[in-house]
Amino acid sequence: MVAENLQTLRGEINQRKLINNLFAIVGLIIILVSILILLALVLQLVINGWSRITPEFFTSFPSRRASRAGILSAWVGTSLVMLVTAFFAVPLGIASGVYLEEYARKNWFSALIEINVTNLAGVPSIIYGLLALGVFVYQFNLGESILAAGLTLALLILPVVIVTTREALRAIPNSLREAAYAMGASKWQMIWDHILPYSFGSILTGIIIGLSRAIGETAPVITIGALTFIAFLPDSPITSEFPFISFAWLKAPFTLMPIQMFNWVSRPEPEFEVNAAAAGTVLLFMTLTMNGLAIFLRYRFRRGIKW
Amino acid sequence: MVENISYLAQEFLDTPLKAEVRNLDFYYGSFHALKKINMLVADKRVTALIGPSGCGKTTLLRCFNRMHDLYPGNRYEGQIAVDEVNILGRQVDPIEVRMRISMVFQKPNPFPKSIYENVAYGLRVRGETRRNLIDEKVEKSLRGAALWEEVKDRLSASAYDLSGGQQQRLCIARALVSEPEIILFDEPTSALDPIATNSIEKLIGLIKEQVSILIVTHSMQQAARISDYTAFMYLGELVEFGRTQHMFSQPENQQTKDYISGRFG
Repeated sequence: MVAENLQTLRGEINQRKLINNLFAIVGLIIILVSILILLALVLQLVINGWSRITPEFFTSFPSRRASRAGILSAWVGTSLVMLVTAFFAVPLGIASGVYLEEYARKNWFSALIEINVTNLAGVPSIIYGLLALGVFVYQFNLGESILAAGLTLALLILPVVIVTTREALRAIPNSLREAAYAMGASKWQMIWDHILPYSFGSILTGIIIGLSRAIGETAPVITIGALTFIAFLPDSPITSEFPFISFAWLKAPFTLMPIQMFNWVSRPEPEFEVNAAAAGTVLLFMTLTMNGLAIFLRYRFRRGIKW
Repeated sequence: MVENISYLAQEFLDTPLKAEVRNLDFYYGSFHALKKINMLVADKRVTALIGPSGCGKTTLLRCFNRMHDLYPGNRYEGQIAVDEVNILGRQVDPIEVRMRISMVFQKPNPFPKSIYENVAYGLRVRGETRRNLIDEKVEKSLRGAALWEEVKDRLSASAYDLSGGQQQRLCIARALVSEPEIILFDEPTSALDPIATNSIEKLIGLIKEQVSILIVTHSMQQAARISDYTAFMYLGELVEFGRTQHMFSQPENQQTKDYISGRFG
């Protein structure tokens, strides 16, 4: 190449590299700004609420006096509702995902179901609340109970679990399916012995992402009539008499962390603002712990599994 | 095109007939992939399927363990008789076929489990739980695949810790564990280096003392080295079938001659 041409070529390359670097810098700045804003919000919440996060805060019922109010009924309610949600959403979601991905014939009907499931994930949560109010509370007569709330939130996260299960299954290479079939496995054996264990890490991630969404939901649970002020705990699931396990708690009224927060924020006294910030910090911590668990479990299950 | 050759079996083969393909047609939906295939598989011999890409050799191989049943829209016509029973028949369960005729794939595809569990799966799938019986058969299969000495101290290690060639031998051990009558090899060395290829070829020479082998290969040299019989396919048809020695020295068909001499394919 002639030296003159080489000069222009270099000039051109430098210009293209400049545009490349420019984008990298702009992108970095945008990310830093959004992270900073998020961090500031979280920090403010934590700083505001920190003084109230004491052991008593976790063991006290709500009270009219801000200094004596706690989140006992809220965190117990949230935990129990999450338990019910997971109990229904996980098996149903995984089973539906497996059926749609591995068993269902690919035709217009399954395509229709697929589109619907994906769309359900985007339906506003209050719609689920209204549906649940009609079906669970009135039709099935479950009342404003933990069971009704758990079922509502299960419905809400079911699409998330189904979609992530399908994606996890789809990520397993077909060569492993064929390997299992070639050994004489039935379809169920192929799924149970191979595909599910190999994709379990990703499915688990989907479940936890779904549960982290459910844990912060307020609208649908208020719609079905969750109380905002509860000064007692649901019945204990363990009893002293045979059969030692009681399901009475399922029918108990309840409150949840976000509802408790909402209740405190709407009070005029500024002391309750501090309580709300503290409850927010706890809720944030719960969600972060769940996400951390998801990352850890995914790492554990994927270790040694690669293709 | 090879017509009905069944009556020739006795003079064609030096061992008893293990399987026979009779007027086999195969369709992927409306695509006619195999056209009136007639072929013999001799017992305890290696039969190679050769031909240019897209000629249908892998399609034919996958008919032998009913792999095509897994996907909708596929259709067989004609027969593959194994010990005089048509394994393509509706009343024959594909699972039974796959337990009798096992397969080694193009790319090594061990399960992401331990070496031991990879081989044991062929027994577990039948509900076998007797620990010592499984131990015994796993060892026998790994020895059969010339892998035992290399892995006997780390049976619980992940199969993915093995090299590509070892993984493919593990897949062969896995295929051996159900004591199949026929093993299908689908270009088993195309993803391997020459040394690993060599060891797999040697292994096939050993295994054929116990089972019939059907192998698809891209390499004519490989077919010439390891097979006793060769079938040359082109555009979904079986152009020529015969003893490997004979076919590579005096091919009867012009297309076979052109392919073997490297003029196309």
